[in-house]
Amino acid sequence: MAKITYVSSAGCERIVEVPTGTNVMDGALRNDIEGIIGDCAGGCTCSTCHVYVEESWVARLAPPIDIETSMLELAAAPLRPTSRLACQIVVRDDLDGLVVHIPSTQR
Amino acid sequence: MRIEGTRGSVVIVGAGHAGGTVAMELRAAGHGAPVTIVGDEPHVPYQRPPLSKAFLKGGLPEEKLELRPRAWYATHDVDLRLGEPVYAIDRAARRLRLCGGETLAYDHLVLATGVRPARLAVPGANLEGVHHLRGIADARRLATDLGGAGRLVVVGAGFTGLEVAASAATLGCAVTLVARGHKVLSRVASAPVATFLRARHEAAGVAFRFGADVAAFLGDGDRVAGVRLGDGEVLACDRVLVAVGAEANDDLARRAGLACADGGIVVDGSGRTSDPAIFAIGDVSVRPLPYLGGRLVRLESVHNALEQARIAAAVIAETPPPRLEPPWFWSDQYDLKLQTVGLVAEADDLVLRGDPEIGRFAVFHLAGDRLRAVEAINAPLDFAIGKQMVAKDAPISRDALADPSVNIRAVATAH
Repeated sequence: MAKITYVSSAGCERIVEVPTGTNVMDGALRNDIEGIIGDCAGGCTCSTCHVYVEESWVARLAPPIDIETSMLELAAAPLRPTSRLACQIVVRDDLDGLVVHIPSTQR
Repeated sequence: MRIEGTRGSVVIVGAGHAGGTVAMELRAAGHGAPVTIVGDEPHVPYQRPPLSKAFLKGGLPEEKLELRPRAWYATHDVDLRLGEPVYAIDRAARRLRLCGGETLAYDHLVLATGVRPARLAVPGANLEGVHHLRGIADARRLATDLGGAGRLVVVGAGFTGLEVAASAATLGCAVTLVARGHKVLSRVASAPVATFLRARHEAAGVAFRFGADVAAFLGDGDRVAGVRLGDGEVLACDRVLVAVGAEANDDLARRAGLACADGGIVVDGSGRTSDPAIFAIGDVSVRPLPYLGGRLVRLESVHNALEQARIAAAVIAETPPPRLEPPWFWSDQYDLKLQTVGLVAEADDLVLRGDPEIGRFAVFHLAGDRLRAVEAINAPLDFAIGKQMVAKDAPISRDALADPSVNIRAVATAH
């Protein structure tokens, strides 16, 4: 279990507990957090669960694999070095405190 | 608080990907009138794609399939009527009659009734151990039956058949796949993709019988023990999956006199049927597709379900329509991810990039100077860039596309 903070594009924060082994997209969808869509539900084929990871956390995550980097090309909001797909960030206990920022658009 | 009969009330028939998404989109758009989802399965709206893959292989709890947790519906005041088959639509009175006798009033009715697996009309089709796959209950039965390995015959080489074959082979089953056509995915995939997928399945131990018809399922008592093919060959087995396509659940619409054709409910670009108070979306609908210049087509895919759900919700909630995309699709088999955009049949020329030998390639399909479809296997960048190119529908350089030294990003900007 890890507490994850989702920050909306308007700056509103929500902190929710997300079970280990699920992912950051699941955490948003199961907790009614707006702005993360997940059309392909983790199939890594739609790029509608784009998030910006808080700078200080970027290096602590497993780096993106090829398919994630490729699918980010389809993200609707501008890409930043901190861009990730939430479905590809698998939750571990040591991600407790992770902060992700939700872009203003996914489609 | 809900007020019965409030203007703009929506009743959705079908609790699948399409039906669930309409409810979510309506609430996200601020539509405040009553919304009810009626489903014949006992489950809240869930994703079907994992049923033939992760769910079948085990380790994926049922809650992980849910589009939203059950609590979401209460929080957002969406009424769930699950396990309730629908009896009829009274269009004149704008009421839906459930099999239980109750009636529900609607201002807008959304039919998202999906499809059912086609059945083979051969002797033995009702034997125990002859499976079809559509819903969670089917997947649970099949998963239980696949435990302990043994021999599985899959009838049909479409996506469901191939995905189940891959899952079962991974679980240790001896799999034989029987197909009427002469290659896998014969209706949708190009020859390079079909050839590659067949070889990958064969490497995993799957045996194929192409150009073969099933003459009968043979029983040992009540339980299936073999499949007899048209040429007389008998494949001994312990269980069978019949995955020979699907038929639209359009009976309710037909009985209500709604226009149906091409195996589904005909709708216009806003998802409306021949009755403007009734929409049809997802697998059951036959829609004019912008990608096809407005030609009518019935598509079975997550993309189609979501897109039409968003279109209908925007019309009902009077919000701007969603941006439409060319059809896209994905499939997972073994360590392969197939991602496709567009329809291969729309093109007459193909360019291969990458190398099937190393299991990483994409087939680009052109009609004249337009890119119309891409099939990518473990080549997500080709899919991603290709999807943008297909959507853009601008002239492209075939020479650049065919030149492996030109990066796909550069192809997208070359003329």
